[in-house]
Amino acid sequence: MMAEDATNGELTIGFLPLVDACLPILAREHGFAEAEGLSLRLVRDMSWATVLDRLLYGHSDAAHMVAPLAIATTLGRGRPAQPLSVPFVLGLNGNAVTMRPDLARAVNPAGGLGEPAAVGAALKAHIAASGQKLRFGVVHRYSSHNYMLRYWLAACGIRPDIDVEITTVAPPFCADALEFGEVDAICVGEPWNSVAVERGTGEIVLVTAQIWRRGVEKVLAFREPVMEARRPQAEALVRALRKAGEHFVDPANLETNAAILARAEYLDGDATLIRRAISDRLLLRQGGELLHYPDFMFQHREAANFPWVSQAEWLYSQMVRWDGLEFDSADARKAARVFRPDLYRSALLGTGEPLPGASSKVEGSLAGPTSVSMQQGFITLENNSFFDGKPFDPVLLESYIQGQRSA
Amino acid sequence: MRIAIVDESASRAAVIREGLAALDDCEIFVVTERRGLVARIGEIGPDIVLMDLGNPSRDVLEEYFAVSRVLGRPIAMFVDESDEESIAASVDAGVSSYVVDGLAPHRIRPILDLAVRRFNAFSRLQSDLAEAKGKLADHEVIAKAKRILMDSRGFTEPQAYSELRKTAMNQGKRIADIAEAVVTAHQLMGGK
Repeated sequence: MMAEDATNGELTIGFLPLVDACLPILAREHGFAEAEGLSLRLVRDMSWATVLDRLLYGHSDAAHMVAPLAIATTLGRGRPAQPLSVPFVLGLNGNAVTMRPDLARAVNPAGGLGEPAAVGAALKAHIAASGQKLRFGVVHRYSSHNYMLRYWLAACGIRPDIDVEITTVAPPFCADALEFGEVDAICVGEPWNSVAVERGTGEIVLVTAQIWRRGVEKVLAFREPVMEARRPQAEALVRALRKAGEHFVDPANLETNAAILARAEYLDGDATLIRRAISDRLLLRQGGELLHYPDFMFQHREAANFPWVSQAEWLYSQMVRWDGLEFDSADARKAARVFRPDLYRSALLGTGEPLPGASSKVEGSLAGPTSVSMQQGFITLENNSFFDGKPFDPVLLESYIQGQRSA
Repeated sequence: MRIAIVDESASRAAVIREGLAALDDCEIFVVTERRGLVARIGEIGPDIVLMDLGNPSRDVLEEYFAVSRVLGRPIAMFVDESDEESIAASVDAGVSSYVVDGLAPHRIRPILDLAVRRFNAFSRLQSDLAEAKGKLADHEVIAKAKRILMDSRGFTEPQAYSELRKTAMNQGKRIADIAEAVVTAHQLMGGK
């Protein structure tokens, strides 16, 4: 007899070979899922379109997903609407902007990681002087990469789609695309920036953590009806992923975890490059020194996995901005509801895990460590600002969108 | 109707093309190169694009369909709400399809069905091939195990085989698994 779905602990999770697929992989490999009565099967794909198709047509129960895609799918952007739910954020940031070496040196002559406003100003001047329309590659139209890149460019007075062209490039081909001049710069996750550096086809100029210090990146997405039907398993998975995160950020486990992620069935990549990325270390250019940039990737501290409704609302504000939509309060509510702090809370209530008291916060409002009111446990939130210093208050969503339009 | 088959596997693309060749008034184009894919699709100006789910360029092509005006008419993933079953079948088979706006579902359906059947036929071919390769490997390991038993225990070849078979039956395993164990044990004991 097959077990009823409601009690069956088997979960299939789709993913792309990127370092931030780490938590589901480690939850399986280190037995955290098993300890919660789950048996995880991981299905690797090569495009977000296929990860999404498998989720929508039941090949997978949940998926590693670029956060904006979960909202776009719920709102029916590009295909018929299907509500998705996000009970867990798989991580913040972890992406970088890598440019053709000559362009990198022109806009960031001092080398090292650039300062976002200064690099932006130099880039604007470079575009004006050369009259050349630069091409930027991002991994998906509905990716945090696209939104972070556009946020940075626009705040520096460079109009995406007018002054530059932004196009989609699959992560494994980013280094190729730089080499063959298909693009001048890329915004992609690791290990793909480092692969371009290793091959000498690119130099890392910025990391996205400089654009938004605590920017939402990948999420765990379910189809809403599936999550509701299998709520005990979804909650068990949240607990297993929290444990995996604790293991992942412990420096003692670095070598082991890099070796697991590098395996053929997961990232099928170079363990050295993976170890660098997951320890927040980057080689910015060939022949340079390894740079340690704390919180380049952010997987665990400060309740990093808590699905703040305000994060979903910020993503909606960017979707309206770049898809040329009108603000729609019904859509805004649907987008906000994609992130499900209620499930995260019920999964972790009574454990030692910290649970924030609120479900929404003003994003980018903290310049330094601040303690917040908690339902359970204790955390101090650190600097979470946008590089231009503008906060996002979800209560003022509509006027935030208006403000961006006139900017 | 102009149909583009985008597949990095030239042999699978050939199998699909052959299947679709039977259709009347369809012109079929095969694109196996990743570089220049978008430009090539622009030149072809297809009414239907068939693409394997494992293709890493799917996001690139979807982005192109979403923003490009080169094709004149918008092209989108074929998801007809009334036709969930056929879409599910195509995802199962591993093929995605994109269709220009305004093409009648009754014209798309037979093409999609054919493509799904061809994709399934191709994966059957592949698993047959894998099985055949597996059998070949089994055959080799059994021959090795027989040789070991003949050398170490003075068996004739039929005796060695019968010994392997008897053990396999007693343990409820495949002969090749027992042979594998014999070869491994022999290597561990310092044999070659």
